Amino acid sequence: MTIPFYDYGIPGGLLTGLLFGFALEAAGFGSPRKLTGQFTLKDFSVFKVMFTAVLVAAIGLYLLRLAGLMTAQSVFVPTLYFWAILAGGLLIGAGFAVGGYCPGTSLVGLASGRIDALVFVAGMVAGVIVFAQLFGPLTDFYFAAQGPEGQRLTDLLGMPEWLILAVLVVVAAGGFALGSRLEKARGGPFTAEEVCAPEEPDGRAGYASQPAE
Amino acid sequence: MTANPRPFWSPLSAGIALGLALLLTFVITGNGLGASGFVTRLAAQVSAWIAPTATAQNAYFGPFIQAGAPLASWITWEVIGVVIGAFLGSRSAGRISVKVERGREVTRTQRFAYAFGGGLLVGFGSRLARGCTSGLGLSGGATLAVAGFVFLIGFFAAGFLVSMMFRRIWQ
Repeated sequence: MTIPFYDYGIPGGLLTGLLFGFALEAAGFGSPRKLTGQFTLKDFSVFKVMFTAVLVAAIGLYLLRLAGLMTAQSVFVPTLYFWAILAGGLLIGAGFAVGGYCPGTSLVGLASGRIDALVFVAGMVAGVIVFAQLFGPLTDFYFAAQGPEGQRLTDLLGMPEWLILAVLVVVAAGGFALGSRLEKARGGPFTAEEVCAPEEPDGRAGYASQPAE
Repeated sequence: MTANPRPFWSPLSAGIALGLALLLTFVITGNGLGASGFVTRLAAQVSAWIAPTATAQNAYFGPFIQAGAPLASWITWEVIGVVIGAFLGSRSAGRISVKVERGREVTRTQRFAYAFGGGLLVGFGSRLARGCTSGLGLSGGATLAVAGFVFLIGFFAAGFLVSMMFRRIWQ
């Protein structure tokens, strides 16, 4: 048996997407208040869920390689373009804090009824079109400070993979403990009841005339 | 919209489920999960509908158009799966909530403006970074890619900073 199968068929796409969407929704990531609660320290779900998922998949890939079921170079590893990736990360963090979603979670918000998620998707489409118009002048920046092809933390730090995974597990455990303490102090995390409650009429801006949904 | 939605999964359970879904995706395709790749193709298609000639000549969109229908791609099926999975999950747990979700101090119109503006930054940023929280953060992170961790540092740093400046949006 050779893993991965490099199967880009429709059933695999639908199945993996379905599991992805189901897990994100179960985590509460259809709610922009729960998502942005990460950055007000009221809700550490984004950090906890992401870190856990990264570690589960990273350890899984490591074990598949250790068992000889997978070779080292067989999965796609993105290459670093330092400035473009850092700037893109900053823009996505900023847009997430203001708009309430990232690309994947906006689809989950939309699928669970959030009308604001549809507006966010329209904004993303506009953002990509703006990028395409500016691609010419941005080209140098886009390719600047390219790192080695598919460089991994093991290459960068010269440490064995098990040690990096162990360090990340410790960091995750610390983050879980600290996060739980911080979110409790702020009355979090957001529950399903809170984020699924009907929309409140806005008192300050004269929303009283509009019926709550 | 039931009165009593079932609680979300604990972050640990949801994280394990998400990690296993990601691992399965690597096993099937050799690639991780993504989302912004679909938005890029959607934008190329929308642009082609509005201005076909200019889009085909555009340095960034051109290759998508020349390759045929931009949306005919694996990632489109994955995204359709995401929408179905999230819909079925929220429906079975009574967590579908049709509304404009916003902070108490923000009107609907303001919320739409913030959602569009935030989406604009995210769309632009995802093309600059060549991926988003899913493709670079989650999938890149799982392969221990340096690129994934550089992305995550930028994402969390800007998230905290901008959130402090715009705190009233979500209060």
